Amino acid sequence: MDLKDKLLSSFIAFENNVDLDSPVHEVRSEAIKNFEAKGFPSKKEEAWKYTSLNSIQKVDFSVFPKQENTLDYKDIKKYFLHEIDTYKIVFIDGVYSSYLSETTHDGVDVCLMSAAFSKPMYKQIIELYFNKVASKDESLTTLNTAFSREGAYIYIPKNKAPRKPIQIVHFATGNEAAMMLQPRNLIIAEENAEVQIIERHQSLTGNEVFTNSVTEIFAAKDANVDYYKVQNDAKTASLVDNTYIAQKDNSVVRVHTFSFGGKLIRNNLNFYQNGQHVDSTLKGVTILGEKQHVDHHTLVHHAQPNCESHQDYKGIFGEKSTGVFNGKIIVDQIAQKTNAFQQNNNILLSDKATINTKPQLEIFADDVKCSHGCTIGQLDEDALFYLQSRGIPKKEATALLMYAFANNVLESVRIPEVKKRINKIIATTLGVRVGFDL
Amino acid sequence: MAYTEEELKKELETKEYEYGFYTDIESDTFPKGLSEDIVIAISQKKQEPEWMTEWRLEAFRIWKEMEEPEWANVKYEKPNFQEISYYSAPNKKPKYNSLDEVDPELLDTFKRLGISLDEQKKLAGVAVDIVMDSVSVATTFKKTLAEKGIIFCSISEAIKEHPELVKKYIGTVVPRKDNFYAALNSAVFSDGSFCYIPKGVRCPMELSTYFRINQAGTGQFERTLVIADEGSYVSYLEGCTAPSRDENQLHAAVVELIALDDAEIKYSTVQNWFPGDKDGNGGVFNFVTKRGICETNAKISWTQVETGSAVTWKYPSCVLKGDNSIGEFYSIAVTNNFQQADTGTKMIHLGKNTKSTIISKGISAGQSQNSYRGLVQVNSRAENARNFSQCDSLLMGNKCGAHTFPYIEAKNKSAQIEHEATTSKIGEDQIFYCNQRGIDTEKAIALIVNGFSKEVLNKLPMEFAVEAQKLLEISLEGSVG
Repeated sequence: MDLKDKLLSSFIAFENNVDLDSPVHEVRSEAIKNFEAKGFPSKKEEAWKYTSLNSIQKVDFSVFPKQENTLDYKDIKKYFLHEIDTYKIVFIDGVYSSYLSETTHDGVDVCLMSAAFSKPMYKQIIELYFNKVASKDESLTTLNTAFSREGAYIYIPKNKAPRKPIQIVHFATGNEAAMMLQPRNLIIAEENAEVQIIERHQSLTGNEVFTNSVTEIFAAKDANVDYYKVQNDAKTASLVDNTYIAQKDNSVVRVHTFSFGGKLIRNNLNFYQNGQHVDSTLKGVTILGEKQHVDHHTLVHHAQPNCESHQDYKGIFGEKSTGVFNGKIIVDQIAQKTNAFQQNNNILLSDKATINTKPQLEIFADDVKCSHGCTIGQLDEDALFYLQSRGIPKKEATALLMYAFANNVLESVRIPEVKKRINKIIATTLGVRVGFDL
Repeated sequence: MAYTEEELKKELETKEYEYGFYTDIESDTFPKGLSEDIVIAISQKKQEPEWMTEWRLEAFRIWKEMEEPEWANVKYEKPNFQEISYYSAPNKKPKYNSLDEVDPELLDTFKRLGISLDEQKKLAGVAVDIVMDSVSVATTFKKTLAEKGIIFCSISEAIKEHPELVKKYIGTVVPRKDNFYAALNSAVFSDGSFCYIPKGVRCPMELSTYFRINQAGTGQFERTLVIADEGSYVSYLEGCTAPSRDENQLHAAVVELIALDDAEIKYSTVQNWFPGDKDGNGGVFNFVTKRGICETNAKISWTQVETGSAVTWKYPSCVLKGDNSIGEFYSIAVTNNFQQADTGTKMIHLGKNTKSTIISKGISAGQSQNSYRGLVQVNSRAENARNFSQCDSLLMGNKCGAHTFPYIEAKNKSAQIEHEATTSKIGEDQIFYCNQRGIDTEKAIALIVNGFSKEVLNKLPMEFAVEAQKLLEISLEGSVG
């Protein structure tokens, strides 16, 4: 039985465990129908031209965990941003772990989707926001929608901000040979609210994990949302991360994606600007080796005038890795005075590594400033020689130059500890100690 | 030739078209539709050898299996391939030695189009191989070229007289199964130009061909093959104009360029086919496959000015096969009213130290859609490949669209690829500045557009540059808003 059939039959089992009368379930049934019709995307589709899910479909994933698993905090402490105090929403094999988590209802809601789905007090919000910005025809998104039950639910009311950043961490214990996870997150920042979120997926063994995650983010007027995605998973884990963001007037949303680990990562990051003077920032650093594959698919849809978007993706690709960048900017006819900028710079370290990039502009308004730039190159030989002539070994010199290359993206990270952590991961990935904090 | 026989009936059509004109030259037109019989008939009509007939038939079989591509960012009503007549040739083909012998009616047509053969002969020293509908009618300067050993003739002549060259190279750059329209062209191509520059020869003049679509309901399937042997140089100009038609006309040409070691080919195009009227009725469908292959140290340079056609689907490409080879692409695409253009290039880097440059300028006005679609591919053995791409779009008015689809695929670590694109509009302050100095708005726009396109216009041969500049002005007339 292939994965599609398995998922379709699992849906019947899934229905036994959820409230079939809720309006949410109607959305789920609609979604499974779409997935049934479309199936997994194939390379024939333009959006999946460079990324194949064939190998994933061959694995016999278990869709629901057979048993509840527990973890010891000391074993997994290193995966948390433990230097600062944060709220934590922790899942083990897709199941919420209350003793590892720290949630709150004090002024803001930092809790679970399962609670939001079932408790009457959240009913109105779920009806208003759930599956409202996520795609209703993209097959993997609808697959997630169909199985949406658990994930992070964050609601920040008007003029509020949580006292500390929020971490969302998904652990895969590897107690089962192959596991498929489908977390569903909903994040709502009301007028003038502010929130900072760090998300991480971590597989603890070499067993295969496939995560198909969907996150919906709503930023109301004047809201300010920071979202950091740390993708440094085991080399057997695959991730399809679908993020949909709807922004209203004057809101600012920044999404940083740091991709270092994982076997196959596909990031679908979609911004919809539904208000004026909106600011969207999409940044990413990707450093890959071995046979890793990372695909960044971004979309910024400018639907209202006077908005801005800034994209900056840097990639360093070694060994047999493959990097894909597909950045799409759409400017509607009424979206005059749009400023949309997109930058994608890549460095290839090996002849077996591949980069496929496609920065795409679709512009229907005339009074706009849109640009995209894209480069593929290698480290500057002269700079490398300069450093070596000053006694810095080649390996460290190379690393220093790569730091400098990626630094633009890190500059806009607003939590210093996140920046430090990323620097540390970069150093480990590159296998060097530069001897100072960058 | 068979069709010059007198017993063939005269079929004079004297329809008057509002915007265009129509030349009464007796034509020899095949019934509409496409089948193996038609393909064989075309081949027989042209007295082609058997291998050519077989080659066409094979192409036709491939074509039957293929589907029309839909990925381009254009919308149009698909042509009905059984409603097209696949062969039409001007009836009389006397051998001209001078222009005086050419059918005065034909000369008149060219005069109305502003193409004066005499003038070009005198001023530019251009040998003109006029393709009127499908069969070449006049070839001048052949003698001068012949002295150098240069072969410049129609492709049907080449098939008969230089079969070894044609057989060796036809379909090597654009294979029959390359795409839907290339397969169609391979099966039914009516005529086109053939050019061979021998080793070490620098072609003394710019070769040029003027295409015209003239017969109602006739598809044009031109086939051009240019071979530059080792160390040679040629500059080839191609200019297109067409009279107005109410129904859509299909044009599916194939151009193959072969630059052997150390050779250089410069291929320039000015395309001004009927773009359809202000409401988007009529106009030419231009589905062209153009590709060149560069051997060691060779260079191919494409320059195009695209102002006409209702729908354009065209990607002049370079396969940089040899080490140190160079590919260039300079393009201006102007769309107005309801025109749609999906154009760009492909640069395939296979050899070491290969270089490519892409400069594309898109200007959209009215309700048109203008897309740049390009591919830069560096294969794993292409050490030190270098590419620079720039695509700029200019939008005039807020009903048009500009799109960019650049694909960049790098598989070699020493590759250096840069791509940049911008989209902007004509600044009000720029127009104000011109107005202030007594230049009216329409002129000011022409001035600014010329400045915007200068990088590409500069690449055109002199006489073409002037024509192209005029074309830009004419195409954007009335788009000030």
